[in-house]
Amino acid sequence: MSAPARTAPPALALVDVSKSFGAVRALQGVTIELHAGEVHALAGENGAGKSTVVKTFAGVHRPDSGEVRVDGRPVTFHGPADAQAAGVAVIYQEPTLFPDLSVAENIFMGRQPRTRFGRIDRRAMHAEAARLFERLGVALDPQQPARGLSIADQQVVEIAKAISREARVLIMDEPTAALTGQEVARLFAVTRTLRDQGCAVLFISHRLEEIFAICQRVTTLRDGTYVGTEDVADLTPDDLVQRMVGREVAALYPKQHVEPGEVALKVSRLTREGVFTDVSFEVRRGEIVALAGLVGAGRSEVARAIFGVDRWDAGSVEVNGRRLPPASPTAAMAAGLALVPEDRRQQGLVMDMSIERNMGLTQLRRLRRLTGRGPLISRRVERDRAADWALRLQLKYARLSDAVGVLSGGNQQKVVLAKWLATEPSVLIVDEPTRGIDVGTKAEVHRLLSELAAEDLAILMISSDLPEVLGMADRVLVMHEGRLTAEIPRAEATEETVMAAATGRDGTVGEAA
Amino acid sequence: MSTTLTKSPGAPSATGKARRNRSLVDLVLRARELSIAAALAVLVIGTAVVNPRFLSEQGVKDIFLNASILALLAVGQTLVVVTRNIDLSVGSVVGLVAFVVGDVVSGTDRGLLPALAVGIGIGALCGVVNGLLISFLRVPALVVTLGMLYVIQGVDYYVAHGEQINAANVPQSILDLGNGGVLGVPYLPLITVVVMLAVGYYLRSYSSGREFYAIGSNPEAARLAGVPIRRRVFTAYLVSGVLAGLAGVLWLARFGTVVADNASGWELKVVSAVVVGGVAITGGVGTVYGAALGALLITTIGSALVVLKINAFWQDAITGLLLLLAISVDRVLALRVTRALKKRSRHHG
Repeated sequence: MSAPARTAPPALALVDVSKSFGAVRALQGVTIELHAGEVHALAGENGAGKSTVVKTFAGVHRPDSGEVRVDGRPVTFHGPADAQAAGVAVIYQEPTLFPDLSVAENIFMGRQPRTRFGRIDRRAMHAEAARLFERLGVALDPQQPARGLSIADQQVVEIAKAISREARVLIMDEPTAALTGQEVARLFAVTRTLRDQGCAVLFISHRLEEIFAICQRVTTLRDGTYVGTEDVADLTPDDLVQRMVGREVAALYPKQHVEPGEVALKVSRLTREGVFTDVSFEVRRGEIVALAGLVGAGRSEVARAIFGVDRWDAGSVEVNGRRLPPASPTAAMAAGLALVPEDRRQQGLVMDMSIERNMGLTQLRRLRRLTGRGPLISRRVERDRAADWALRLQLKYARLSDAVGVLSGGNQQKVVLAKWLATEPSVLIVDEPTRGIDVGTKAEVHRLLSELAAEDLAILMISSDLPEVLGMADRVLVMHEGRLTAEIPRAEATEETVMAAATGRDGTVGEAA
Repeated sequence: MSTTLTKSPGAPSATGKARRNRSLVDLVLRARELSIAAALAVLVIGTAVVNPRFLSEQGVKDIFLNASILALLAVGQTLVVVTRNIDLSVGSVVGLVAFVVGDVVSGTDRGLLPALAVGIGIGALCGVVNGLLISFLRVPALVVTLGMLYVIQGVDYYVAHGEQINAANVPQSILDLGNGGVLGVPYLPLITVVVMLAVGYYLRSYSSGREFYAIGSNPEAARLAGVPIRRRVFTAYLVSGVLAGLAGVLWLARFGTVVADNASGWELKVVSAVVVGGVAITGGVGTVYGAALGALLITTIGSALVVLKINAFWQDAITGLLLLLAISVDRVLALRVTRALKKRSRHHG
């Protein structure tokens, strides 16, 4: 499909935009032009800067340098309201609706059609909503409450809302991540309708086949820099992966070679309906096994299920040859499992509590035993143990009684690690161990993981950071849409092989779509 | 692959599905008002069988008179609870207003207007303080209104100084409001019904009225939709305060004799009435009509216990039980409806 001849300026554009958050360069010299009547893809790995582009278009972020242009004119969005007024609408992966109100009210909140006396004209409102749904070619009842709508239907409501505000630019941030194949097809039909009616659409998806199915042009980002904009028709999926990846693996990652010991963690045919299916793998002592895949592939969910935070529907988990009961973190901990969760702030730490208290949280029982005074816990025992760990992990802190919240991200991550290592686990699951951590501390965390493996710990590392995966892992497991799609030994793991499996261009995958 | 587009499966069946969904939800929403009405009917008939005097003209009139003030407060409280907030200060506002207004008019021939002006003024002031602290300083509503409850109570005791207002000193024009009526219908329930209809109509039919529900249903979405959250929440507290002030004047008019701790503990009674009446404590759901019915039910239970010669101690326990029942039923129904709706949209996808 060739792009239409363009004489009009792009409806919405970023021109040479750069944006930093603190020391992190999120975008650097990015240019992207959205034309009326085209569906434009934004491609890139996790962390390439896609969300920053979306938020800049949405008026949430303002560029440090460069311009946002509407119809060729430079503008400044002071907030989401400005972007909305300029006709930009963003459909997020998980829409925010009013569950208790009707679909029609959700669309028209604050802008309901009125009668002469200022009352809401319900009949007009419902008719208007019905017209919108007809225009989008979907059958939704305007009077139905939003509660209980599927994510796909909720997105349709959001799209209807956008159209009713006469949005000319529609930005869809991974809209298909939670949809079934049929729902994706319907979303695409709606998108094509809008495109043909003159909307500009920015479409973000991790599924390459979707980009090729619906988009005319694609802009690729890598590490926050602009790689290029091309006609989709001129590309093959391999070309696109090449553009998204194409970088050297840094020699930052010092995994020592350890002869793997016996199997410490054995996961067999683990299934949680609608989340992940038939996941089987083993992790041996002394091994670091990476679980790679795109965001939303179900990796963290598998980790949560193994640790017993979530229930599983079928399959089994064995630690050191003993089967774990489902849904019991206590049993998992007793069996020697430790989980360092993805989100330190929400799940890993109590930010207002001191370093020593946070470290002590997982071992209250042990501290009680060490104290030897019935149910009491000695502050001194707690502090001594915390000090040991702080030393071992080279934690940078002022006092152990300081709140964890004042530490840097890297040091917070060390506290989480200490907290779990103190339980003396035989299997350690780490979820995105270096996300949001500066490079120096990152290397320390890597060194630490490597040392722990050398001390006979079995480590399962979930990571979206490809160089980290390739550098650290003895084996790479790749997940795509809830299934394990590949197991790649260290020698064969390259960015290309991992990305190919993660985007589902490998053998049996993709039949779900 | 996803390129092969299937037409969305048969439009007529999808509309049918939607209609069934709607009727299911309607049923659940109405179920509350219907079940309260049913409970009321059972209660009234049962009590009347045991003691026919329960349904005498005076008996019925008493119930409506007693329910009016509670229902009036419940209307104001609904506005607040629908936005996912709470107002615990209304009981002490009623007490303070009843006493202060009583004090102002005692032994004078001041009529209704000054009484209403003073009462509503005090109520509005309390509402403004609540509203400012909660919507602009973002202090949690529970804490603010609990604090206000005690502050207002303290002021009340200070003003009262152990004295009481005697009915004999209250001007007849005011007492008439509490005990007279037009064409045999007493004023108090009339006032409540008018206020209820007005607020109910506003909440349902005006754009700004719907925004109260939007705020309680999903504050984040409301913010994104450009709903002026602070202004609406402030308004809710202002109205709740004003209605509490009005209720205080009506209290004085009805009872004439007023002591300092009148209406203490009523805040919980009001919240119970509202929740029993189907207003979700988590916001976004419920009507003033349901809340008023809840108030009527709670009052009727109280009267029935008296007629049945059951110790009045039981009234609180029964109210509490009803509250637990209402909340549990809400929770179970909400879960079931969500599940049913989800299942259907999945099947018809």
